[in-house]
Amino acid sequence: MRLRELFGREPLKRTLYPPLGAALVIGGWHLACVEFDIATAVLPKPALVLEAAIKDWELLLDESWVTLKATAYGFLLALVVGIPIAVAITASRTLSLMFYPLLIALQSVPKVALAPILLVWLGVGIESKLAIAWLVAFFPIVVDTAAGLQSTPRELLELARSLRASRWQVFAKVQFPAALPFVVTGSKVAVTLAVIGAVIGEFVGSTAGLGYLLLAATSQINSPLAFAALFALAALGILVYLAVVGVEWLLAPLLPHAAPE
Amino acid sequence: MSFGVLENVRKVFANQELGRGAREPLVAIEEASFAFEEGELVSLLGPSGCGKTTLLRIIAGLIPKTAGSVRIRGAEVSEPHPDFGFVFQTPNLMPWRNVLANVLFPMEILRRRDAAAVRRAHDLLGMVGLDGFARARPHQLSGGMQQRVALCRALVHEPALLLMDEPFGALDELTRMEMNDLLLDIRARTGATVVFVTHSISEAVYLADHVLVLSRRPARIAERIRVDLPYPRSAQTRYVPKFTALEHRASRALGVIREAADAAA
Repeated sequence: MRLRELFGREPLKRTLYPPLGAALVIGGWHLACVEFDIATAVLPKPALVLEAAIKDWELLLDESWVTLKATAYGFLLALVVGIPIAVAITASRTLSLMFYPLLIALQSVPKVALAPILLVWLGVGIESKLAIAWLVAFFPIVVDTAAGLQSTPRELLELARSLRASRWQVFAKVQFPAALPFVVTGSKVAVTLAVIGAVIGEFVGSTAGLGYLLLAATSQINSPLAFAALFALAALGILVYLAVVGVEWLLAPLLPHAAPE
Repeated sequence: MSFGVLENVRKVFANQELGRGAREPLVAIEEASFAFEEGELVSLLGPSGCGKTTLLRIIAGLIPKTAGSVRIRGAEVSEPHPDFGFVFQTPNLMPWRNVLANVLFPMEILRRRDAAAVRRAHDLLGMVGLDGFARARPHQLSGGMQQRVALCRALVHEPALLLMDEPFGALDELTRMEMNDLLLDIRARTGATVVFVTHSISEAVYLADHVLVLSRRPARIAERIRVDLPYPRSAQTRYVPKFTALEHRASRALGVIREAADAAA
């Protein structure tokens, strides 16, 4: 039943057409390499990338695991820290006035610019990547959660008040459930940003991870491996996004409309 | 002593924005005094924006009054009371809860969600003809069905006083008439005291023991009409001469047929 919801009508088209599109693009890529005689160092043929991926699959997997850890920890930490902060600024006007402008100011700083500083503070290990992933993921979660909490229908709050609900009851039974779809939306944005954050951290200084592998491979003019790392990175991004969608699917009974699309 | 007593209730909203930056206090309710008995159904009838919803909210304790007193069972109302049930203009259901969980919401807040509460919720849903919909989500229901769920929610904690703010205003005529009969049926079964806000003359007369006609803003009570039509009422009631006469009287009190009356004179 729910699988049907997921794939909807025309299941054949929906499962066949996306790979077909990808195959067309890869075919065009191969043809371009052959037709225009592009050097492997500039743009390797798809087959060479695949070959590199197969040859170095263990390396790719290891480095992906490093980046995935930094991404996941950074994202989860952003949830753990971001949601309570959103709750605090929506609950207290004072806190909101004091810290919301600061938060906006922080957001306007390019995170790449902070990466070198964080590296100095936290070293070249996973901590600095986690910190940058956290930093970029944190903001959408705070903003979306706060927006969700603030958009609780006034009449629902009045209903709770007419029953003399405690502040905690209002939060737990009305405001937070009303904000949950917003938290999910923010999480989808945040998790994709977290991947970028982790890779930025690896670019600036690291000894492991897909970002490191990408830099190392390019500096050795090993373009097939660099491209394989790029694909691994894309797969990683899709994977974490799908993980959030999966959680959304599990939460569906708690969300207003139980149709994940 | 009467069940509910309002004395010289006055409401002024301080510093209302009146456009062009001008700010002035707005008198919503000039003066309202009336009483109602236990088990009575009172309609508050008035033109749109006259302050009848404000008056209902004051009775509910949702907003403070500027002056005067509201006493229910002898106790002054200054804040919401769990012994009241409130039905809003919109169904106001929680989209993340199913029908049963929506109805049980007050019991959760009052920490009385037990087996008896669940039974009562099912009974109420049965009474409004929604037996089979306990597990449905609000968005799967029509507007009329949603408002019936809201009615069950307002009644689940067996409130002594049911306050209804134009609850059927958004429904089509036919559904609204059905809901009127449903409300009368439920009142007959539960013996609840009801204060019902509406801007529909026929709805006000059809439902109530007494119709209180409010004037335009700032509101005062223009007329108190006793509806001495026997319950149970039915569609037939709407066509008896006395019903039409009462509608006429309410219309005149509202000022809507003054010209016609003048022309006839």
